[in-house]
Amino acid sequence: MQPKPTTHQTAVRRGPPTEPLWVQRFLIGAAVLVLVVLIVVPVLNIFAYALQDGVAAYFKHLTGDPDTWHAIKLTLFVAPIAVVLNVLFGIAAAWLLTRFSFPGRTLLTSLIDLPFAVSPVVAGLMLVLLFGAKGWFGPYLQASNIKIIFATPGLVLATMFVTLPFVARELIPVMQAIGPDEELAAISLGANGWQMFWRVTLPNIKWGLLYGIILCNGRAMGEFGAVYVVSGHIAGQTDTMPLRVEKLFQDFNLPASFAVASLLTLLSLVTVALKVILENWKDENVSE
Amino acid sequence: MKPRQRRILPGYSLTLGYTMAVMSLMLFLPLAALILRATSLGPKEFIAAVWTERARAAYTLTIGTSFAAAIIDTIVGLLLAWVLVRYEFPGKRICDSLIDLPFALPTAVAGLVYSNLYVEKGWFGRYLVPLGFQGAYSQTAIVLVLAFIGLPFVVRTVQPVLESLDADIEEAAESLGATRWQTFWRVLIPSLQPALITGFALTFARGLGEYGSVVFVSGNMPFKTEIAAVLVVSRLEEFAYAEATAIALVLLAGSFVMLAAINGLEWWSRRYAA
Amino acid sequence: MSIHIANVTKRFGEFVALDNVSLDVPSGDLLALLGPSGSGKTTLLRIIAGLEHADDGVVRYEGEDVTQKAPKDREVGFVFQHYALFRHMSVFENVAFGLRVRNAPKAEVNARVKELLHLVRLEGLGSRYPAQLSGGQRQRVALARALAVRPRMLLLDEPFGALDAKVRQELRQWLRQLHDEMHVTTVFVTHDQEEAFEVADHVVVMRAGKIEQAGSPQDVFDHPASPFVMDFLGQVNVFHGRLQAGQMHVGNIAVNYPEYTHAESRDATAYIRPHEVELDRLPIDGTSLPVKVLHVNPAGAVTRVKVLSEAFGWSLNVELRPERYAELALRPGDNVFAVPKRVRVFMSDDYAI
Repeated sequence: MQPKPTTHQTAVRRGPPTEPLWVQRFLIGAAVLVLVVLIVVPVLNIFAYALQDGVAAYFKHLTGDPDTWHAIKLTLFVAPIAVVLNVLFGIAAAWLLTRFSFPGRTLLTSLIDLPFAVSPVVAGLMLVLLFGAKGWFGPYLQASNIKIIFATPGLVLATMFVTLPFVARELIPVMQAIGPDEELAAISLGANGWQMFWRVTLPNIKWGLLYGIILCNGRAMGEFGAVYVVSGHIAGQTDTMPLRVEKLFQDFNLPASFAVASLLTLLSLVTVALKVILENWKDENVSE
Repeated sequence: MKPRQRRILPGYSLTLGYTMAVMSLMLFLPLAALILRATSLGPKEFIAAVWTERARAAYTLTIGTSFAAAIIDTIVGLLLAWVLVRYEFPGKRICDSLIDLPFALPTAVAGLVYSNLYVEKGWFGRYLVPLGFQGAYSQTAIVLVLAFIGLPFVVRTVQPVLESLDADIEEAAESLGATRWQTFWRVLIPSLQPALITGFALTFARGLGEYGSVVFVSGNMPFKTEIAAVLVVSRLEEFAYAEATAIALVLLAGSFVMLAAINGLEWWSRRYAA
Repeated sequence: MSIHIANVTKRFGEFVALDNVSLDVPSGDLLALLGPSGSGKTTLLRIIAGLEHADDGVVRYEGEDVTQKAPKDREVGFVFQHYALFRHMSVFENVAFGLRVRNAPKAEVNARVKELLHLVRLEGLGSRYPAQLSGGQRQRVALARALAVRPRMLLLDEPFGALDAKVRQELRQWLRQLHDEMHVTTVFVTHDQEEAFEVADHVVVMRAGKIEQAGSPQDVFDHPASPFVMDFLGQVNVFHGRLQAGQMHVGNIAVNYPEYTHAESRDATAYIRPHEVELDRLPIDGTSLPVKVLHVNPAGAVTRVKVLSEAFGWSLNVELRPERYAELALRPGDNVFAVPKRVRVFMSDDYAI
């Protein structure tokens, strides 16, 4: 003879005390205004200027100019490589840092975040000092006829450097929260390392991993400072899309510059949209 | 003697080796190259390189604009986080998603559009320039674009804290006789303070190293609108590697100080935690 | 100060948290709102404090209508279930908060806080932060903070709910003592009947948004107004049977129930509290029921015995004083006789099972 349980009571309990309606409206108005001025108008501005000469001219700016077309292809080549390398690194680092304890673990964990703190320009410079003609490995690389700086490998390295923490950073808290119990169970049931990874670990971290990939990819495609320093910005060879935006801007070819910029903006809008979708999806799946 | 712990889960050597290999190649080796190159200068030459009048102007400008942008973002970020957590209004979800855009938008694009908006013929500039507000090719321009770039930091650090605050501390303040304003300043702001400071520090640190957007909007005039990162690049383009490296080291040191400060803040903000 | 609640109704969406509730709390009273979760007791307390607005009805303090008054102007001390201490403030600043927001002079604040820290026996802990205190200490800080502004009444939401049994026991007695010294009207919410009966002058039992029964602890315990109250106040034996012509029949047993004299038979339920059953080796009278001892648990202040009536197939929980248990020397398997000393019968219409 239990009284009817009333679980929904807490759900309808009201929130904290709140402000008078006019204060709320004023604050909402101010916040929306800030977003409009800082974010919405700039995004509209990009598309307005990109399309100012019409749609035909817009596509001509993108496909008609071989250097621009090359930049688009180069970005679509470099970014996925950097993302894949970072996924491998992220999984390895997260596994190492959340499943084992060893001296220096805490230090290593904070060092992974370091690329976020380093100026992209400084990052690029460091790679030049290492792999450039006058760098540490310069003579050796020249002798073996390998080009890193002012070439695609340099772009990959620079992109990888600035995006290094993205995947690891998403995975570490997720794997920490899950804990090693399921994996220990898998091992005790006779699974080998790969079986454990594919059947237990990966399904558990897939959301965090996907999330990290999306963020990593967004950053990889848009990176400017580090890539700028290592690329030597040779049109048609080492110019990525963001670098192409700058070059066209310097050449006072604003419509073309904005056309490339609009493409990058589109990519970032997709990134944000995917992030939101993924968050909702995850919420729904977790709450089940 | 403590028995050596056996590692039951597989992959220790593999992941340790791989992680260390990547970190060494990507992080430790480049850092070592930078530091050794800069220190190969000798103290006098080093100081001569990093302490020129032009470099000093660049440091001052970099720190000043980053600071101003971080202040703006702290205030605006608190406003946005507050409104997004506490109020319901149409379009709220879209507003919340928009906050992430500055992180996702390539900095070059941000720079391009911000310079375009605030020039004399730009959408904002046509109204603001006649009023004397130079939002492009000026120090103001740097602050504006840095404020844009760093906007998500404060919002995203404050939002979860604001969400996790229990309604009952505000009710407690209210029942003890505090006005809404007193509750805000005496109870809410102190509770949000660690998150606000962390968000501020992240924005500030990001501003110190930012290059891609600033190079578009500032005009890059030595002594006036040239930030430290731009100075590094222009030294590099003059093939003055040693000088570029020295200034880069100063920038790097600045980043490390900020990173240490942020970590310290996080530790400090946990002191009230149960 | 007295509190008068008249016809208060509160809904949360579809859910009716309070359904036309009226209650008077006399000045200086220590009253417990007792009920299971979801019964509306906390909502009622929050409406008294002004933290929740009633959809309908009136709240008066000493005759003054305060229904529309903001909580900050009500001068009530409210102690939250999870204390709601300001974690970034020291104990001292927590207690001083109410005085500070009223711009009380520094000297006065210092004196008053000191006085209260003494009262709650936390002298010397003023500079600690809430995170550095034990649960019981936090609760006392919350109480000191509520009392610092000299509230006209004290309202406590499950004040001892989050504490372990021993601390809870101590704080209960201390709250009673404190109330006897200060005589401030106090209302507290609890789901623990033992706590309510031990501390309160009056107990209000709530169920599903309504007041089921109000009265002194003795009253409520001795004369439960409904099967719900009967059941809520502790372990009880329940028997279903038929009621007809002044008698309730459970199996072959008949219990007198003179309130119902109709010839028409209807469902009824009989309640027998474990301590209101006597066990004996020999039958005392016609109401003695042959039972078999199933299980004996002599640990504790009373000895709990479970017996089975093999004739009817139902079992009965009995509580014996240890002396009586020693006298009877019961062992599992013994055949004895059970004599219910008091049976309460409720017609099943008022309470569906």
